[in-house]
Amino acid sequence: MTLDLKLGRGCTIVGMTTTEERGRVHTYADLPGLMSLMTGDEKHGPAATSTLDVLWVLYDRVLRVDPEHVDDPGRDRFLLSKGHGPMAYYAVLAAKGFLPVDWLPGFGRYDSPLGHHPDRTLVPGAEIGSGSLGHGLPIAVGTALGLRAQGLTEPAVWALIGDAELDEGSNHEAIAFAGPAGLERLHTVVVDNASASHALPGGIAARFEAAGWSAVTVDGRDHEALYAAFTAPHPGRPHVVVARVEPKSV
Amino acid sequence: MDTMRDRFAPVVTRLLDEDPRVAVVLAEIGKDGFAEALRRHPDRVVNVGIREQLLVGAGAGMALTGLRPVVHTFASFLVERPFEQLKLDLGHQDAGAVLVSAAASFDWPAGGYTHMAPGDVALLDTLDGWTVHVPGHPDEAETLLRHAVAAGDDKVYVRLSVQSNAEAFAVDGERFRTVREGRSGVVVAVGPVLDAVLTATEGLDVTVLYATTVRPFDTAALRRATETAGTDVVLVEPYLAGTSTAVVNDALSDVPHRVLGLGVARRELRRYGRVEEHVAAHGLDARSLRRRIGDFVAGGAVTMPA
Repeated sequence: MTLDLKLGRGCTIVGMTTTEERGRVHTYADLPGLMSLMTGDEKHGPAATSTLDVLWVLYDRVLRVDPEHVDDPGRDRFLLSKGHGPMAYYAVLAAKGFLPVDWLPGFGRYDSPLGHHPDRTLVPGAEIGSGSLGHGLPIAVGTALGLRAQGLTEPAVWALIGDAELDEGSNHEAIAFAGPAGLERLHTVVVDNASASHALPGGIAARFEAAGWSAVTVDGRDHEALYAAFTAPHPGRPHVVVARVEPKSV
Repeated sequence: MDTMRDRFAPVVTRLLDEDPRVAVVLAEIGKDGFAEALRRHPDRVVNVGIREQLLVGAGAGMALTGLRPVVHTFASFLVERPFEQLKLDLGHQDAGAVLVSAAASFDWPAGGYTHMAPGDVALLDTLDGWTVHVPGHPDEAETLLRHAVAAGDDKVYVRLSVQSNAEAFAVDGERFRTVREGRSGVVVAVGPVLDAVLTATEGLDVTVLYATTVRPFDTAALRRATETAGTDVVLVEPYLAGTSTAVVNDALSDVPHRVLGLGVARRELRRYGRVEEHVAAHGLDARSLRRRIGDFVAGGAVTMPA
C-alpha cells in the first residue's frame, strides 16, 4: 500500500510499533487504506488528514491505553474535541484494534456506530462524543480534576482541538482556569491548519502561555518532533502542543 | 425560618464527608458556604470562577471519571446560559450530575430579569432523562438533595427557592401527595405554591395533590385522583405557566379532560420590588388563584369517563 498523503517538510514515519487486530498488523502506512474504506477515495487532501499524524503518534507512542483497557481507571484519556472529519480518528482506532476494520465501510450509515461525528456510547475507545465545537477541553478539565480527586495522578488527559475551534469561548474558560489550577496532567493538542478567519501569527501558543500553560509549537507532520513535544516535561503546569499542518485553504 | 439555600451547603458538606464519590462544582456563587468543605476536601470542592460553560463541562468530565458532581449556581446561569452543555456534556455523553439552582423564577425581584429563570424546567423538559425536584420547604429540600445525590448516575435538577410553605411534608423523591380530597376537579400544586393553593381552594370541592418531584410526573397519582374528582385539572407551577400541561394531557389522553396551566407568565414584567408583588402580578396569590381556579372548575362540564 502506498502512502498517498501530502506530507509536510521534515516528515518521518515512525509507525514501527504495531498492533494486531484479528491477526492483522497495522502500521502507519495502512492508514490511508483504512480511510479509503470510509471515504471511497484513494487520496485524501490535507483537510481529511490534518489530524492523522498527531493521532498516530499519540496512539502509537504516547497514550497508555489499549483495547483491553478502555474502562481502566488508570488509562490515559484522549478526547477528540474537533469531532468533524473523524475518518483519521476511526482509522487510527481501527489500526490499533479498538474497533473492527469491517465497521469502516459503513461510515455514516443508519446502522453504523461510526458517524460523521463520533458518539462515545457507540465507538469503543472514544472518550467523548463530539461535533459541536468547544466542548472537549472543558470536559478534559473536569476529567483531570476528577482523576486528581481520586488520587489517580498518573493518567494523562489529552484533548485535541482545531485552531478555528479556539474561536469558541468555552475553550477560553477552560484555558484560563487550568493554568492557575495547576492541572499538570492536562494536555491539549491544537491542530493548526490556519482555518480560523480571525487569527494573528503566534496567537495560539501565546494565549495558552498567558494562562500559565507550557507551550510548544511543532510541525504537525513530523513524527519525531510531535513525539518530543508530546513528552516534554511540564511540572506543575498543563501543556499545549500546537501542531502546524498545511493550511485548509491556500 | 432559614431558606432552602441555607440548607444546601451544610447538607452537601455532610455528603462530601460521607461519600468519596461526591464532588461540588461552583462558579463563584455560593462558595462561602463551602469554605470549610473546601478545607476538608480541596480536590472535591472546585470553584471554576465565573465560567458557566466550564462549570457544566467540568462537572461532566468529573462524572466520566466516576464522581458524583453537585453543580450549583443561579438557575439562569445553570440551565439557560450553558444549556448546550446540559444537552451534550451530560445528556449526549451519557453522564450524570446533580444540578442545584438558586434564585428560581423571581427570588430576587430587585435584581431584575437577568436573575429570573421561570423557563428552567420547561427547558429541561426538551431533554431526555432528567429528574426534577421542586421542594416547597427547607426540610423537603434537604430530603430531596439527599435523594438527588444518591440517585446513581442520574441527571437530577433540584430547584431551590426562597419561596416556601409554612409546613413541610414527608417527601419521597417520586410521588405526589394527596393533601385534600374533593369531587369537582384536581389541583396539582407544585412546591412552594402549596400554601396559596390551599388557601385559594378553601371551601371548593376539589382534590389537591402536592408535587415536589415533577419529572418524572406522577401520572398514576393524577389518574387515581381523577377517578373521584373528575378530569378537570388545574396545574399551579412556580415556574413558566403551562410547563406541565402537555404531560397532563398525555396522562389523560384516553378520557375527555380539561387542563388549566397556571404559573409564571411569559411576558417580561420589567418590574423590581418584592417577591409577593411578583407573585400577585403573575396571578399566583391566593385571591387570584381562587378566582382563576373557581371559574375554571365552575365552567367545566366534562362528562365523567364511563
